[in-house]
Amino acid sequence: MEKRSLVTIADHSREKIEYLIQMAQEFEKHPNRRLLEGRIVATLFFEPSTRTRLSFETAANRLGARVIGFADPKVTSGTKGETLKDTIMMVSNYADIIVMRHHLEGAARYASEIAPVPIVNAGDGANQHPSQTMLDLYSIYKTQGRLDNLDIFLVGDLKYGRTVHSMLTAMYHFSPTFHFIAPEELAMPEIYKQFCREHGIRYVEHTDFNADVISGADILYMTRVQRERFTDLMEYERVKDRYLLKLDMLSKARPNMKILHPLPRVNEIEYSIDENPHAYYFEQARNGLYARQALLCDALGITLDDIRNDKTIIE
Amino acid sequence: MKKQLLVAAIENGTVIDHIPAEKLFAVVNLLHLEDMKTAVTIGYNLQSQELGTKSIIKIADKFFTDEELNQLAVICPNLTLCIIRDYEIVEKRTVALPDDLRGIVKCANPKCITNNEPMLTHFHVHGQDRRALMCHYCNTIIPLDDVQMVEK
Repeated sequence: MEKRSLVTIADHSREKIEYLIQMAQEFEKHPNRRLLEGRIVATLFFEPSTRTRLSFETAANRLGARVIGFADPKVTSGTKGETLKDTIMMVSNYADIIVMRHHLEGAARYASEIAPVPIVNAGDGANQHPSQTMLDLYSIYKTQGRLDNLDIFLVGDLKYGRTVHSMLTAMYHFSPTFHFIAPEELAMPEIYKQFCREHGIRYVEHTDFNADVISGADILYMTRVQRERFTDLMEYERVKDRYLLKLDMLSKARPNMKILHPLPRVNEIEYSIDENPHAYYFEQARNGLYARQALLCDALGITLDDIRNDKTIIE
Repeated sequence: MKKQLLVAAIENGTVIDHIPAEKLFAVVNLLHLEDMKTAVTIGYNLQSQELGTKSIIKIADKFFTDEELNQLAVICPNLTLCIIRDYEIVEKRTVALPDDLRGIVKCANPKCITNNEPMLTHFHVHGQDRRALMCHYCNTIIPLDDVQMVEK
C-alpha cells in the first residue's frame, strides 16, 4: 500500500484539494460506513486538544475503524525521556495509521519520514494544522458553491494565527482576494504578504472593523485575539473589543456571506449572531468530521471511486 | 614577474583562498583546525584586489570531503579551494551552496523538532537570491548571515 502522509496542505495541488472536497461530500451524504473495518487508527496527542481528537476519533469510529492512543502526554513514555522516534516506531507496530498532535514544530514531518505507516498531522505547534484547513476549505466550498475568486476577510490575530496562514497557502490556487483586519501588533507578518505578492494574490489591509469594511466579504473568518500574545497589556485592553463582531455590523453584508471561526470562541462574535443566517461556525465544526473522514481514507489509500462504489454504507 | 608569496607554499594539501577577512575565524572553527595535527598556515588581512582584504588558509596533507565543503559555502559562498599535490595545483574548485543542507546548520527555532530530538537538521535554500535557508521541518527562514552551525 502506498504511504500517503498528510503533513501540510501546502503539499497538495489544486486538483488534490478538489478531490478531497469531493470525498468529503460523499461522507456528508453517508457518514456511517464499514469502510475502515479491521483497521486500527492511533491518535497520539502529545499535546492535549479535545476538539480535534474527538473529531478524528469520531471520523474513524463512524467508518468502522478501531481507535487506540492517548489524549494526555503525561501518560506516555515521553515524560520518561523516550524520543518521538521511539514512540512512533512502537505504535507503527500496532496501528495502520497514526494521527498525531505535537507541541514541537516539524514533529509530523519528521514522523512521516521515519514511520512505516501514514501520518496525519493534527497540529504541530504553531506550524501546520492541515485538517483544520481542509474543513475550512470544505466549508467555503459548501457555502459559496466554489473556491475560485472569493473575497475572504481574515479578522483578529493574523500574526500568530496558524489557521489563517494555512488558509493563505491553500487558497492561492483559487485566485482569492484577501482582506487582513487586525490590530497593528497582530498584523499579517511580512513573510505571508510576500507570499501573496509572489503568487499574485491580491490583499488589502485594514485596522478598522465595521459594517462598511466587511460589506464586500464572501467569507468572514474570525480568530481569537489572545491576551498572552501581547507584550503591552494596555494595547490589549485597547484593541480587544475592537475586533468583536456585533449583530448590527452585518447590516450591509452580502447575502451569501458566511462567518467562520475555528473555535473555541471567547469574545470575538456576539452570541446574538448565533441565530443569524450568516453564522456558520457550528456547521463548520461538523464539516470537520467529513473532511477528516476524507483525510483518513486518502492516507490509507482509499480512492474517491472506492467511496462512490462503497457497499458498506450503514443507512 | 613572479610575485612573492605572503604565505609559504605547501607540498600536499588544501589551500582555501578568498576568505573575506572577517570570516576567517568562522572558517577555522568550522573546520576544527585547532585539532589538526599537520601544519596549518593562516594569513589574515592580506591585500586582495577583489575583496580589499582577504584571508587564506593552507592546510598540509588535508583533503576535504564534500560535506565539509558544503559547510564552507554556508559561511562564505565565494571561496576558492586549491588541491595541492607536489607543490602543484592539481584541482581548483569553487564551493557552491547546495540546494539541501543536512546536519550542518542549526535551526533558530527552539520549538523545532530538530532541537529536541536526536536527528539531523535539514534545510533548503530559500529565496530567489539564495540568501536564506528554510527549515525542512518547521519552515523557519534564516538569513544566511545569521546562520549558526550544528555543534558537533
